[in-house]
Amino acid sequence: MQNLQLLFQAPVFNVQLFLDGLFIGAIFALAAFGMALVWGVMNIINVAQGEFVMLGGFITLLVVQAGLSPLLGIPAAALALFVLGWLLYRLVIWRIVDGDMFISLLATFGISIMMQQLMNEIFGADVRTAESGLGVWYLFDGMVTVTQIKVAAFALSIVIGLLLWLFLKNARLGQAIRATAQNARAARILGVDTDRVYAATYAINAALCGAAGALVVMAWSIHPYMGLPYTLRSFMIVIIAGLGNLAGVIAAGLGLGVAEQFAGFLLGAEFQLAFVFLLLVAVLVGRQISLARKRQYLK
Amino acid sequence: MLHRRQILMASVAAAALLLAGATAQAEDCTITLGAAVSLTGKYSTNGKHTKNGYDLAIKVINDKGGVKVGGKTCKLAVKYYDDESTPARGAALAERLIQQDGVKFMLGPYSSGLTKAIAPITEKFKVPMVEANGASRSLFTKGYKYLFAVLSTSEQYLQSAIALAAENADKMGKKPNQMTVALAIENDPFSQDIRAGVMDDAKKYGMKIVIDDKLPKELNDMSTTLTKVKALKPDILIVSGHAKGAATAVRQIAEMRVDVPVVAMTHCDSAKIIKKFGDKAEYTLCASQWAPTLKYADDYFGSAADFAKLFEKTYGYAPPYQAAESAAAVLVYKAAFERAGALDPARVRDALAATDMMTFYGRVKFDETGKNVAKPMVLYQVLKGKYVVVAPSKWAEAKAVIPRPKWSERK
Repeated sequence: MQNLQLLFQAPVFNVQLFLDGLFIGAIFALAAFGMALVWGVMNIINVAQGEFVMLGGFITLLVVQAGLSPLLGIPAAALALFVLGWLLYRLVIWRIVDGDMFISLLATFGISIMMQQLMNEIFGADVRTAESGLGVWYLFDGMVTVTQIKVAAFALSIVIGLLLWLFLKNARLGQAIRATAQNARAARILGVDTDRVYAATYAINAALCGAAGALVVMAWSIHPYMGLPYTLRSFMIVIIAGLGNLAGVIAAGLGLGVAEQFAGFLLGAEFQLAFVFLLLVAVLVGRQISLARKRQYLK
Repeated sequence: MLHRRQILMASVAAAALLLAGATAQAEDCTITLGAAVSLTGKYSTNGKHTKNGYDLAIKVINDKGGVKVGGKTCKLAVKYYDDESTPARGAALAERLIQQDGVKFMLGPYSSGLTKAIAPITEKFKVPMVEANGASRSLFTKGYKYLFAVLSTSEQYLQSAIALAAENADKMGKKPNQMTVALAIENDPFSQDIRAGVMDDAKKYGMKIVIDDKLPKELNDMSTTLTKVKALKPDILIVSGHAKGAATAVRQIAEMRVDVPVVAMTHCDSAKIIKKFGDKAEYTLCASQWAPTLKYADDYFGSAADFAKLFEKTYGYAPPYQAAESAAAVLVYKAAFERAGALDPARVRDALAATDMMTFYGRVKFDETGKNVAKPMVLYQVLKGKYVVVAPSKWAEAKAVIPRPKWSERK
């Protein structure tokens, strides 16, 4: 209650929380694009989503160690993760595409544990950060601070969302992806190489997460065990937005980010993630009710 | 014919065996200590510091002639298992060390959580455990008889920070009981013990707690908490959330230009805040079990600084306090073996309980609950890119800079 009063007494802090929420929400949306894609096209819930984000961060650290600007880490991480996604598809994922949802959960969970331990082995369990070299804007007499890398992350994820949309709509491969999502068997009969489409989808997902990870390491921090909250938030965003609705993913991502910041401020940091779960339950229950109503209507 | 040859061969073999047995008894006296340490998983960094500390102490003791127990000279050795940073695994491995490997003396794992899981096992089998990395105070309220800790317990971690702030209250134009405190402390048993200690001390000075946030364990953003700090302007900000808490706090306090006169944290050196954040880390107060600049000394490592030098030469990095206290645990064991004069767990346990010795890590003397009550926590401040001990005053190298300069006044 006292915290709520504070927001009315000094409204400037609303601005800070709102902006921080938008920035972190954009990163969530970026990881959620890929999850929506993989889920929609391949019917796989990729539990290793957060680990791809983490890997993207570590690749950016390698770029920094090589003496280059961490900003180059964004394309580097996307590229490296694209290749890794493709390899993982050829090694593991192709075996589970047509299988049970449970098998795919297990397999991707296994991949996520592997990656955590591998990164722990190579880089150690320390928390890592990279300095973007970008500055900070101070608004309202320094009461509101905006780090430029967060703004860049925000802009970039909107741009990437748009590009992804254009790609799915116009590019040959994008159309093939959509065709496969609608009906894989029909697409196959009409000459779409669905195996290649799946590989590309999984690789694009990894690349998106990689780019998100590069932004996370510059704006916040990474360590080998950071993946799970990102996976959960992606999952949540996709559930709210629905599959194959990129605009919805952006909106849900930003909304979730803002909601989380206010929840953290009002209830305390310990309830920030708890709030996300509560929201998830509420959304699922809400969906259930609205769907049930629709069914009744159809009868 | 054949029959006789067989007998002959058998007797030769038997003689050889006997001989081997005899020589083994004469020379080969090895005391094997058992340890489940986190070599993989989330504690692997500090698990390695722990192992390095143990290994270095064992090497130094063996090089200086080993342990003299009841007229025999024994070498020390450690049997390690990797507990994968999970308590259940740690407990299972402790049981395996004691029951299958026949280990009679245990060294502690890394972290309070793991120690909590292992202590009931060592207690059950009446095997002494000297631990150096489990600081949670709840370890010492259960009446354990075989558990000994060389380090200061968690509730003492940041108490000196509150005392230091109170001493400097007049510089902020306040009385101690007018000061306000913001807490951002992780939601795990160890960190919450630190919180309990700080709360006790804040109460003693009559300070008011205005923020009491519990950080989540997957923390990498504390901007909501810091926004609150900006709004409520407390005099003291206390942050404790292992290495990720220190790293996140130092970075975001600077980015968001949060001006608080006293900022104190734990785990600064494991987060490497000076190396990573440079100027942003300046004036941060950091709790530490030990510092290489302290004037402690013993016969094995020499002074604290000598230990630091040797450690850095051996492992290629400066020793964090986790490594120092681990080495000290082995020294305590060595002394107890010699005083017990036998390798009997019960007698060694009694000898451990009577420990009162000086080490490079500080004085070690256990109370009846098994925690070390002779060594204070120290408080560093980051000044000109170096850790400088500022409290307690007996060991201070310089006066603490309080209040911290405002961000707008820094260059």
